[in-house]
Amino acid sequence: MEHYTMNLTLKVWRQKNSASNGRFETLEVKNISSEMSFLEMFDVLNERLVNEGKDPVAFDHDCREGICGMCSMYINGRPHGPWHGTTTCQLHMRAFKDGDTIVVEPWRANAFPVIKDLMVDRTAFDRIIQAGGYISVNTGNAVDGNAIPIERYKAEKSFAAAACIGCGACVAACKNSSAMLFTAAKVSHLALLPQGDPERKTRALNMIAQMDKEGFGSCTNTGACEAVCPKEISIDYIARLNSEYVSAAFLQDEEKE
Amino acid sequence: MKWSEIFTSAIGKKLVMGLSGLFLISFLVIHVGLNACIWANDGGVMFNKAAHFMDTSVVIRIIEVVLFAGFFIHIIQGIVLEIQNRSKRKTGYQVKLGNRGSKWNSRYMGLLGTIVFMFLIIHWKQFWIPSRFTGVNPVMIDGKEMQNMFNLMKVTFSELWVVIIYVVACYSLCWHLIHGFQSAFRTIGVYNSRYLSLINKTGIGFSVIVSLAFAMMPVSMYLNWV
Ligand code: SF4
Ligand code: FES
Repeated sequence: MEHYTMNLTLKVWRQKNSASNGRFETLEVKNISSEMSFLEMFDVLNERLVNEGKDPVAFDHDCREGICGMCSMYINGRPHGPWHGTTTCQLHMRAFKDGDTIVVEPWRANAFPVIKDLMVDRTAFDRIIQAGGYISVNTGNAVDGNAIPIERYKAEKSFAAAACIGCGACVAACKNSSAMLFTAAKVSHLALLPQGDPERKTRALNMIAQMDKEGFGSCTNTGACEAVCPKEISIDYIARLNSEYVSAAFLQDEEKE
Repeated sequence: MKWSEIFTSAIGKKLVMGLSGLFLISFLVIHVGLNACIWANDGGVMFNKAAHFMDTSVVIRIIEVVLFAGFFIHIIQGIVLEIQNRSKRKTGYQVKLGNRGSKWNSRYMGLLGTIVFMFLIIHWKQFWIPSRFTGVNPVMIDGKEMQNMFNLMKVTFSELWVVIIYVVACYSLCWHLIHGFQSAFRTIGVYNSRYLSLINKTGIGFSVIVSLAFAMMPVSMYLNWV
């Protein structure tokens, strides 16, 4: 693809801290290469702001290769920007034209409070994982990975769910701020494997209970999460989570101590 | 799990919506089937007989109570769900994702449901209350006195504004059902992708046919087809 440079107008959400009221700030960036990533464009902007003695725009990032899930930007009304199945760090500036105006907002959900500017607190996801996203293993020598037979299609489905990087785009896109796609991916990838079986029942119940506690909404199957998920996690996993939950809540023995 | 969590947990609340929705869908099948008798081309004899049976059967009377409970649960839980889900995002977005992420009807289920509910109140006032309480002019069929529901329909649907309200309501119902039908199955945990696509297609077919049939009833009466 032809290389080109562009001048852009950014409307960026600025907010000092979680307690203060934020507002949009209009910022110009010049001479941006079409080969740059969206975050590199922000680096250029921030360098300028620092040189001018101004406060740089705070945003989350870590790996910059689409695997850590930190780069959370809501770009022109879409989490992670216009490209399908792509994280913000993998979004390239060739997605835009010279003279474009780009509106950049943080993830919006009560459960993801803004820390500063475009940076939000996503530790709610960590607590959902802690509530049940684990398996029990014996310590000692590492076991042979192939010792337990697993149906191929289950391994594939489990792997596809495990691709979730916990970025939170699903919550950002959902009109109900529901974390069901994330939770469904985490529950499914363990429920599909024999290693995940011992905690299968408590996992579904506890992770949903934690999701509720964190203040995420209910899923109404609109499909917005699936449309924006950078790892293209299917909404069918939510149906699977529903099935896990119904089975755990109504169809199985109660644990009595 | 405690029973109360059915009404409080994220999935529980949706189970209540889905199951009550599927129950109301089964009612629609019966309702549309019975009403289709108006097209029997016999001046409403068959339809009046069917209505008479529904009116006098004890079993139907009991089912009617369950039906109202179904409506009540679906509507109340629907309102609660909508309010709670909306409250989860205090600061909204400047630019909306809109139709890029989901179909419009899936996002406006609350609005569509409200339109259908407002229609229901009018509908109850026009047909259900006269039939149960205030009385409908009688007609003799096979030597038996029956409520002339057919005539009541003809009179009611001779007014254009009533017909328009019914058509708008059926249109809303159609979009409400297109999302609700498949969503209910997902909520109760059907995740087999082959059946999900079958359910989706069935749901669209069902929604269009049922809504169209309902909408054609006032239209065909207004146009004197029956
Ligand atoms: S399901 Fe997709 S959108 Fe949601 S957190 Fe995981 S990777 Fe991100
Ligand atoms: S910075 Fe790691 S996924 Fe974007």
